[in-house]
Amino acid sequence: MTAPPGVSGGRSRRVRGRPLLYTSYAQDMALLDTRGKRIWTGVLVAAAFAVSVLLADRSLEVLAVAYVLAIGAIGLNIVTGYAGQVSLGHAFFVAIGAYTAAALSGPPGGETLGYGLAEIWIWLPAAGLVAAVAGVLVAPLATRLRGLYLAIVTLGLVFLGEHVFKEWKELTGGPGVGREAAIPQLFGYRLDQDGPLGTKEQVLYLLMLSLLVVFAVAARNLARSRVGRAFAAIRDRDIAAEVIGVPLTRYKVLAFGISSFYAGCAGGLLYCVSGYVEPGSFNLLLSVQFIAMVLIGGVATVSGAIAGALFISLLQPVTRALPALVPVISGDTTQTPNVFQVETVLYGLLIVLFLVFEPRGLFGLWIRARNYWKSWPFSY
Amino acid sequence: MTGLLESLIRGLGNGSVYALLALGFVIIYKATRVISFAQPALMLAGAVAVSYLAEVTGFYAAVLLAALLIAGVALAIERIAIRPMVGRPVFVVSIITLGIDVVVRVVVNGFIGRDVRQVGDPWGFAQVSLGPLVVQQRWLAMLLVTAVLVTLLFAFFRYTRYGLAMRAAAFDQETALAQGVSVGMVFALSWGLAGFLAAIAGMFVGTGQGIEQLTWVIALKALPAIIVGGLDSLGGAVVGGLAIGVVESLFQSYQGEFAPWLGQNFAVVTPYVVMLVVLLVRPYGLFGTREVERV
Repeated sequence: MTAPPGVSGGRSRRVRGRPLLYTSYAQDMALLDTRGKRIWTGVLVAAAFAVSVLLADRSLEVLAVAYVLAIGAIGLNIVTGYAGQVSLGHAFFVAIGAYTAAALSGPPGGETLGYGLAEIWIWLPAAGLVAAVAGVLVAPLATRLRGLYLAIVTLGLVFLGEHVFKEWKELTGGPGVGREAAIPQLFGYRLDQDGPLGTKEQVLYLLMLSLLVVFAVAARNLARSRVGRAFAAIRDRDIAAEVIGVPLTRYKVLAFGISSFYAGCAGGLLYCVSGYVEPGSFNLLLSVQFIAMVLIGGVATVSGAIAGALFISLLQPVTRALPALVPVISGDTTQTPNVFQVETVLYGLLIVLFLVFEPRGLFGLWIRARNYWKSWPFSY
Repeated sequence: MTGLLESLIRGLGNGSVYALLALGFVIIYKATRVISFAQPALMLAGAVAVSYLAEVTGFYAAVLLAALLIAGVALAIERIAIRPMVGRPVFVVSIITLGIDVVVRVVVNGFIGRDVRQVGDPWGFAQVSLGPLVVQQRWLAMLLVTAVLVTLLFAFFRYTRYGLAMRAAAFDQETALAQGVSVGMVFALSWGLAGFLAAIAGMFVGTGQGIEQLTWVIALKALPAIIVGGLDSLGGAVVGGLAIGVVESLFQSYQGEFAPWLGQNFAVVTPYVVMLVVLLVRPYGLFGTREVERV
């Protein structure tokens, strides 16, 4: 295709010293459109990898779980943030992924279902795909419903799922008993054991971080593609989107499918770290936590979802440290106030405070800080 | 046959509790277009308030005081967290109520403690015979009180100034405002009413088996009720609540015998199954207004 005169096609040269001047569409849509972003993203990713040798194993474990939750939060952000379909049923899809992965990789002939396929490149896509199929099956409801009706229906899904997983004892081990989680094994090498590559926590940390980078880049690319633009059109005004030629049903089904794929993958990975899944853990609270991650991080931004997931995950170790600092708060669950209550109250309060004062979340705070310094000292 | 009728009465009893909660949801929804996920917390708070007050003032006075207290709490929540959000997307406000629910529940759980708390009701598990039927007194109490409350509520909406103001604001906020209706007052009143009804419902949930930290989940069964009845229909909320209660009770009695493959405690999730089935047939519920969209 030749570009019309005056408009350069393809990736043309940037003008030096003019970071906001775009001379082509490709430049405008680039993932990292300024040099500053390119450099700092590189530094950030490099730092994240370097941390694996610097931090203690306990901290690495927390961060590894946070990265997996970030994958799930990015998934929820695709359906709720980009496509605007409110889903309180994310925990259901996470559960489907977790049990698909656990059943595929589990030892055959045990008390719970297992097929002995412990290779991660088998069970991870399978977990995502099974969850995606479930998402596509639920989607016909979503295409008929809007807004809060959809939120309530997906909430019902969590309760139905919880019941099924508690009753299906061959798969899940039953409530209070549980089963072993998916075993991460890559070409015969167990990633959840100490080995030549490092300790168990280091290896898992690196695995989760690499996967998060892959999933995050994929989501960013999806968001700036034809599909991403269709999602945004549906979110902003679904009827107008249909009028300009966006097939609503197809894209809503697609949004649910992709989001559930992310949720399923996150579910499969989530319990690798602890090595144990209990069917009671896929409840409404998990869904609310994912919603909190998306809202606190920043709706319809991938970096925001990651920031939100890190924020929520780090809340737990921080509150656990509170009894040492604030003697009023007890570490004992039988006393009031205890750390668990403080943690739960913080979830709720943070959701409320962010929505009231900074609806764009942590991402919005970052934008504010950036804009302030961009025009400093003329901040008005 | 007597078994079936007894099961029906239990269903209607529980269903009337769901109806009270569903009415709270619908009243708030009609006034503000928001689904308040804070109802479970208010319900639990009501039950806890009754259980503490009953030791001091006796049961019946405690119920009234607790209902007024929770109405006050709901008013405070509306004024502090919901009113500043007027004009923002309803989804955002609903998520705020979700956050409030979590916070209020933690506080209330502190008052419940780790054990079951009795609300001090006079009925307990005591039974009464109606001809050949033997039913628990509390089902009848629930049904009777709900019937009275629903009648009063509908009369309030039909015959009083404030009821008219609420109907007008629900129909068209701007026109109501232009006619001199204080829409802020309508918002406050709707939250207050919802809190009042939630507290009464909480007291009934606590009759007999008492309340514990997990009791709040029962309030979520009102959500299928409002979906079945239609989000913006008061009559639908009552019908939906009763229907959900009856279906749940019938499954509780007969599912173990006729469909054991559905698993134990399937009755607990039947409200959600009913909701999904109704939605497949009628996406806006049995009595809800169908949204007409024009470009």
